[in-house]
Amino acid sequence: MRDAHRAAELAARASYGRLLAYLAARGRDVAAAEDALGDAFTAALETWPRVGVPDNPDAWLLVAARRRLVDRARHTGVEATAAATLRRVAETADVTASRESIFPDERLQLLFVCAHPAIDEAARTPLMLQAVLGLDAARIASAFLVAPATMSQRLVRVKTKIRDAGIGFEIPGPEALPERLHSVLDAIYAAYGTGWEDVAGADPRRRGLADEAIWLGRLVVALLPDEPEAGGLLALMLHCEARRPARRDASGAYVPLTRQDVALWSRPMIDEAERILADASRARRPGRFQLEAAVQSVHAQRAKTGHTDWEAIALLYEGLVRVAPTIGARVAHAAALAETRGAGAGLGALDAMPKDVVMAYQPYWALRGHLLRELGRTDEARDAYARAIGLSEDGAVREFLSGQTPP
Amino acid sequence: MTYTILIYETQDDFGARTDAKRKDAYWGAYRAYTVALREAGVMVGGHALQPAAVATTVRQRDGKRQVQDGPYAEAKEQLGGYYVIDVPDLDRALEWAARCPAASSGAVEVRPNLAM
Repeated sequence: MRDAHRAAELAARASYGRLLAYLAARGRDVAAAEDALGDAFTAALETWPRVGVPDNPDAWLLVAARRRLVDRARHTGVEATAAATLRRVAETADVTASRESIFPDERLQLLFVCAHPAIDEAARTPLMLQAVLGLDAARIASAFLVAPATMSQRLVRVKTKIRDAGIGFEIPGPEALPERLHSVLDAIYAAYGTGWEDVAGADPRRRGLADEAIWLGRLVVALLPDEPEAGGLLALMLHCEARRPARRDASGAYVPLTRQDVALWSRPMIDEAERILADASRARRPGRFQLEAAVQSVHAQRAKTGHTDWEAIALLYEGLVRVAPTIGARVAHAAALAETRGAGAGLGALDAMPKDVVMAYQPYWALRGHLLRELGRTDEARDAYARAIGLSEDGAVREFLSGQTPP
Repeated sequence: MTYTILIYETQDDFGARTDAKRKDAYWGAYRAYTVALREAGVMVGGHALQPAAVATTVRQRDGKRQVQDGPYAEAKEQLGGYYVIDVPDLDRALEWAARCPAASSGAVEVRPNLAM
């Protein structure tokens, strides 16, 4: 039942994003388009139960929304140029609606606007979730651990900026595309938000947005089939998602990746991830997300071979640290080194990381505790585990780490 | 800017404080959390409180003193302690609040302190 509801919700999203992108692109005004579309949905909920659902619901919604846009423009007495733009929207909408309403899909342009460099980086993912998927600010706020009022303000501010700064609804040219695409992919990945799952599990706050992030990932792959990093990101998310049922045991206790029961992994999702990654790698343009997906692909092999090829993983992380030296990649590389060359080598890699960066990074301390325990440095291990426990948000992870702490 | 993290615990949380099987995990989690706050240099102060059953509430009405056994408000979750932290903004404060052990069982309220 909940699944059916969820499926309907996800299907409705395709319409929402397309309609919003279409309306927003013409006025370059996301906020006004959202208000108009919101009104149109409200009107639909009042009208459709009485007169029946129209043959082409999207066209109905588009006509209703553009009417609102024009009404509102009249009320607020916007400048002549804006009014002209709105009239144009109205005319094109009429034409498209009267035919089969095959209006152009401009969601890609909308994605590039949401992740534009002129927009505050912290606002990009929330904006994308709202503009493309129609999520409300309160839901986004709890995923990002921000007060709902703050999130609403932030979203209002960026939409004002899009309008006032005149950010264009365009697909960047070939020279700018790779970098701009990366901000789109980063924003989607932030919505999925995996930590280094071997230690910490997926970031518990963002767990609720995993479906939305994968949906966006699929959308970008569909809209930009020739960009291998888009495929890399989708494959990465699918690999992580495939393991969700194995991350907790029957009693709800946390299970680290290396001890997960592979029978609980989703075979179809892994197969799909492998297929997408293979397609992406044919372009011979490796990048951060393809490398991360490749690491997860190696982990997935354990379901077939029964063991984990840590040499391959260490090599992939070495490459990843070179192209994207994030704190998560460095800690993961240290973990792989510990598996291939021993706990001492792993600890050496951790020691080389700057202290101020790792201070509040939970996976660093969890791995450090684990390696110190292996090396028999019990007192230090206890301290590191305590630090990791103090930085954990998830009760199950806290319990797991207490269980690991040497007595 | 300083914020107070108000810790609201369930009956079950209060029970874990003295339960032979669970008390080590309970206090261990708070000890670790306190150390993490100290090491990050954000800790200003705080206290754990005795359970609400031990509370006494006082009101002064029409010149008369009313003393009542129990907490100010009956609720499923009761104030079990607080931390005062010094961080740049609300987002950082919420980040720390989410790590408070009570966040996964009871609730944690974050309030900016009034500058005096």
